[in-house]
Amino acid sequence: MPVYRDEAVVLRTQKLGEADRIVTLLTRRHGRVRAVAKGVRRTGSRFGSRVEPFMHVDLQLYEGRSLDTVTQAETLEPYGDRIARDYGRYTAGTAVLETAERLSAEEREPSLKLYLLVVGALRALAESQHTPTLILDAFILRAMSIAGYEPVLEACARCDEPGPHRYFAVALGGLVCREHRPPGSASVSPQSLGLMGALLSGDWSVADAAEDRTQRETSGLVAAYLQWHLEHGLRSLRLVERQ
Amino acid sequence: MYEGPVQDLIDELGRLPGVGPKGAQRIAFYLLAADPADVRRLVDALTEVKDKVKFCTICGNVSEAGQCRVCRDPRRDLAVICVVEEPKDVVAIERTREFRGRYHVLGGAISPIEGVGPDDLRIRELMTRLADGTVTELILATDPNLEGEATATYLARLVKPMDLKVTRLASGLPVGGDLEYADEVTLGRAFEGRRALEV
Ligand SMILES: [Zn+2]
Ligand SMILES: [Zn+2]
Repeated sequence: MPVYRDEAVVLRTQKLGEADRIVTLLTRRHGRVRAVAKGVRRTGSRFGSRVEPFMHVDLQLYEGRSLDTVTQAETLEPYGDRIARDYGRYTAGTAVLETAERLSAEEREPSLKLYLLVVGALRALAESQHTPTLILDAFILRAMSIAGYEPVLEACARCDEPGPHRYFAVALGGLVCREHRPPGSASVSPQSLGLMGALLSGDWSVADAAEDRTQRETSGLVAAYLQWHLEHGLRSLRLVERQ
Repeated sequence: MYEGPVQDLIDELGRLPGVGPKGAQRIAFYLLAADPADVRRLVDALTEVKDKVKFCTICGNVSEAGQCRVCRDPRRDLAVICVVEEPKDVVAIERTREFRGRYHVLGGAISPIEGVGPDDLRIRELMTRLADGTVTELILATDPNLEGEATATYLARLVKPMDLKVTRLASGLPVGGDLEYADEVTLGRAFEGRRALEV
């Protein structure tokens, strides 16, 4: 299939040479793909605005040896415009994109679940459905679950002793009982546990009602949990604007 | 992979923006085969640019003196600052002859995915320049792409309490593009038609 068509979200763009860009895409059917978009930085480019981060596009690509080439691009949803107009949405959204890039470890390995999750998170950000950081935390928890790292919240991650427990050990995969807590494991408030559960299950009425303090605590745990499972840290996470 | 000096050269070239490993190799072998006088000129140009060219202490543009040509020019309007990402954007806007104020060069755009946040750009310096009330209009001429828009959004919100007229270049610029590639006529029109930014 030298030429193929697919839907994609643009995760990242990098300048290439004089007027081109390399775009990293999360496609619906071909997984993560890197492609060259030629001439997009020049005046009068046919699809320069469509291969920008956050854009949800319908693409035609020409398969290459190391990099594919974008030959056509149509906008499905211009999430980028609405996300870039709000700094909180922009920074949370960028962390969504970087997380998606990092969790799709292999190129060309399709994950429809992750793809749909990214599209859903960008739509929620663009439409301002919830606080940007809540959307980000929900995305991270669910994307981790898809990748096989769903945090254990109901029982001790070591011995299965039913909770509620007070300690969260990122290295052990979630909550742990008093007996199995490793030294230095964080203690978690019941409110944060409730919020994490709500974000995982999509119970937005509970999540939206969470106090700022609880949201901050949860964000810290979610970030620590994600960073522990990735080889090196996420660059954008430190720059996410927290209310 | 190669013997000492050749590999050193490839490694150094490979650190340049936009140059991949293959490109670095290609340039290295081009230089190896090139006329010594040509290579000498390149070396001189590199040394000279590091020795002689500094950054303007006011606006951050490249400059041979402590202050750049624009900032030294008494005819420039002190009440207007045009914020751009890179020195090459100053050149592009100067070509239009539409703008009579001064510039502020940020040194890039806010790009969290590359680890570039507000503190990594010359934003604090901009706030210092705005503090004494001389400036009444701020034109945000960051690139018309997503990172440029987000940077303009951030700046507009930051200066909101300062009672300034904050404007963004009019649409008509190629979205997704670099400012430096806009032709003079388009860029000039974008200046004339700049609009107030709502935050
Ligand atoms: Zn236990
Ligand atoms: Zn200057």
